[in-house]
Amino acid sequence: MSEPLLSIRNLRASVDDKEVLKGIDLSVAAGEVAAIMGPNGSGKSTLSNVLAGRDGYEVTDGEVRYDGQDLLAMEPEERAATGVFMAFQYPVEIPGVVNATFTRTALNAQRKARGESAIDAIDFLKRARATLGRLEMDEDFLRRDVNAGFSGGEKKRNEIFQMAMLEPRLAILDETDSGLDIDALRIVATGVNAMRNPERTLVVITHYQRLLEYVVPDSVHVLADGRIARSGDRELALELERAGYAAFQPA
Amino acid sequence: MTPLRETVETVERASGEYRYGFVTDIETERAPTGLNEEIVRFISAKKEEPEWLLEWRLKAFRMWLGLENREPRWANVHFPKIDFQEACYYAAPKQEGDGPASLDEVDPELLRTYEKLGIPLREQEVLAGVAGAGNVAVDAVFDSVSVATTFKDKLAEMGVIFCPISEAVRDHPELVRKYLGSVVPQGDNFYAALNSAVFSDGSFVYVPKGVQCPMELSTYFRINAQGTGQFERTLIIADEGSRVSYLEGCTAPQRDENQLHAAVVELVALKDAEIKYSTVQNWYPGDAEGKGGIYNFVTKRGACRGADSKISWTQVETGSAITWKYPSVLLQGDRSVGEFYSVAISNLRQQADTGTKMIHLGRDTRSTIISKGISAGRGQQTYRGLVRVQPKAGGARNFTQCDSLLIGDTCGGHTVPYIDVRHPGAEVAHEATTSRISDAQLFYCRQRGLDPEEAVSMIVNGFCRDVLQQLPMEFAVEAQKLLGISLEGAVG
Repeated sequence: MSEPLLSIRNLRASVDDKEVLKGIDLSVAAGEVAAIMGPNGSGKSTLSNVLAGRDGYEVTDGEVRYDGQDLLAMEPEERAATGVFMAFQYPVEIPGVVNATFTRTALNAQRKARGESAIDAIDFLKRARATLGRLEMDEDFLRRDVNAGFSGGEKKRNEIFQMAMLEPRLAILDETDSGLDIDALRIVATGVNAMRNPERTLVVITHYQRLLEYVVPDSVHVLADGRIARSGDRELALELERAGYAAFQPA
Repeated sequence: MTPLRETVETVERASGEYRYGFVTDIETERAPTGLNEEIVRFISAKKEEPEWLLEWRLKAFRMWLGLENREPRWANVHFPKIDFQEACYYAAPKQEGDGPASLDEVDPELLRTYEKLGIPLREQEVLAGVAGAGNVAVDAVFDSVSVATTFKDKLAEMGVIFCPISEAVRDHPELVRKYLGSVVPQGDNFYAALNSAVFSDGSFVYVPKGVQCPMELSTYFRINAQGTGQFERTLIIADEGSRVSYLEGCTAPQRDENQLHAAVVELVALKDAEIKYSTVQNWYPGDAEGKGGIYNFVTKRGACRGADSKISWTQVETGSAITWKYPSVLLQGDRSVGEFYSVAISNLRQQADTGTKMIHLGRDTRSTIISKGISAGRGQQTYRGLVRVQPKAGGARNFTQCDSLLIGDTCGGHTVPYIDVRHPGAEVAHEATTSRISDAQLFYCRQRGLDPEEAVSMIVNGFCRDVLQQLPMEFAVEAQKLLGISLEGAVG
């Protein structure tokens, strides 16, 4: 594979003065699907939030290069505009703002930041309809308020819908499989797989192996106690499924 | 470019500073400072008013004297006592002879001012720009006088009267005399009495029986002169079966002093008539330290006189240092309907005490109140509303929803509902919520590519959607932008 699109070196980060990430090293190439697995409390969500630039996470050491840029120096919206997308574990409700408006505003904010022209409502709608079809989502979805009153599965599908519309280069999926029944999981996985291409990198963060049965990763990394404890291929995920995380838990 | 688009773009270009803070350099004719009977006579004489109106003013003035030191003190707003003898009660752009007969006679400096504000005074430009959008007839009030009213002739063809109230006094005295003070009597309250004594100009609308007014009517209020108050008086009468939609917009220069704006608006809806009254108020709010800004102490009231009539107030209040304002409806006619939709923002050190009164007098009357209060910075915001159902108002129904949104932790949002029901069959429902823009919401928006101000603007617009969709289309767009601008710097 080519040069890594994302390269994390010795990343340390604290939340409320407690060190959660204790020196992460990880490289992911363009086109690669990397799964990050780990037990609860190992730092999975902290890693995704640090990569997306959320407040409240203090980076104390290390660096993150993304497409040749210093990712940590950028504001969250700048990261978004350069192609970093995070599918939230707990997507947020925004009452009174319909999905179509939200997604189009986001898309056009990113396009504007990149010096591209805005997408008009009609072109947007065409693309949105096609995307919704792939995700087996009703068109009514566009007229509903962002995540307000959505079921858990609908919220996760909405994240995948936004990802498909925003076409990121680096998508971080934070426990996208949590709370999904098997049908919803299949639909979400289909949506994710449709996004795979040689230019796009996916970082799939999950506790369980089952999403990886549908979204087959190129590499699997075990995050334990704030470090990458082991890296391997798909076999590693299956091994974790059989043996659990016991071997990686602090004594 | 259409004037409306220009308005929107003017607002878009705003960078967080108050954009309308400029002063027009124009020669002004002013009354001597202070307030006494002589000043009231001076104003009346300036406007060449008939004797009855002078007497009406003098009666109001005496009532005001009787109310001395009886300014309303129950509102949750705080400011130093106003010295009413320090203000000037009449200021007008100087002109030769009679008022302008057409726009070509209006001082070009004034026209430039309105151009700068994005207000379409040039009828032909509006006409050129109508493609798709509805057209708007505008009355522009500059300090104490009306400087131009557009589309008068076109409206007159349908029998609609839309003119400065001073002109209506001259040309339609029977209508003015019949309705002036019939909804807000001279002695109604301290500021209404003051207004009745010294009101200078404002708009007058009469829509005859069965006529649907073909365009939006709009008045644009501008305070320019220093050391003056603005005391406009608006009177709108919708005769039986008629319908009219009216909009007002307001701006003022940026000054360190506080200026008083004490307007009175009276609406009368006869049988089967409907009046929709929308306000986008963006008076100068003062600076971050609370210096300067307009005191907006306004009495607005509508009377649903006839059966099946309807009055709807929609307000977007983003400006003023202090707002004291309760657009109300007297539901006299059976089955009449009153509505109040409000968005109010208090940022910086703005204080707003605003709400409505719905007084149910007739049978099967209905009222709806939707209030969205947004507080940011060191702003303080109070919703104060009264729903009263009188003993004869069987079948009366009210629904009230009051939502407060807080941004940051140095502002305040308060809700003070009064419910007074004197009929056992009435249905009154009150819902209230208070919420915050959460860090999670902000981060979610930023992760999708919106900067913090775009994110706040989007969340706030969502919060206000139920109210904004009541505004006529073009103004809804403008109001949306205004909300975003008013909250710039609210998140750090």
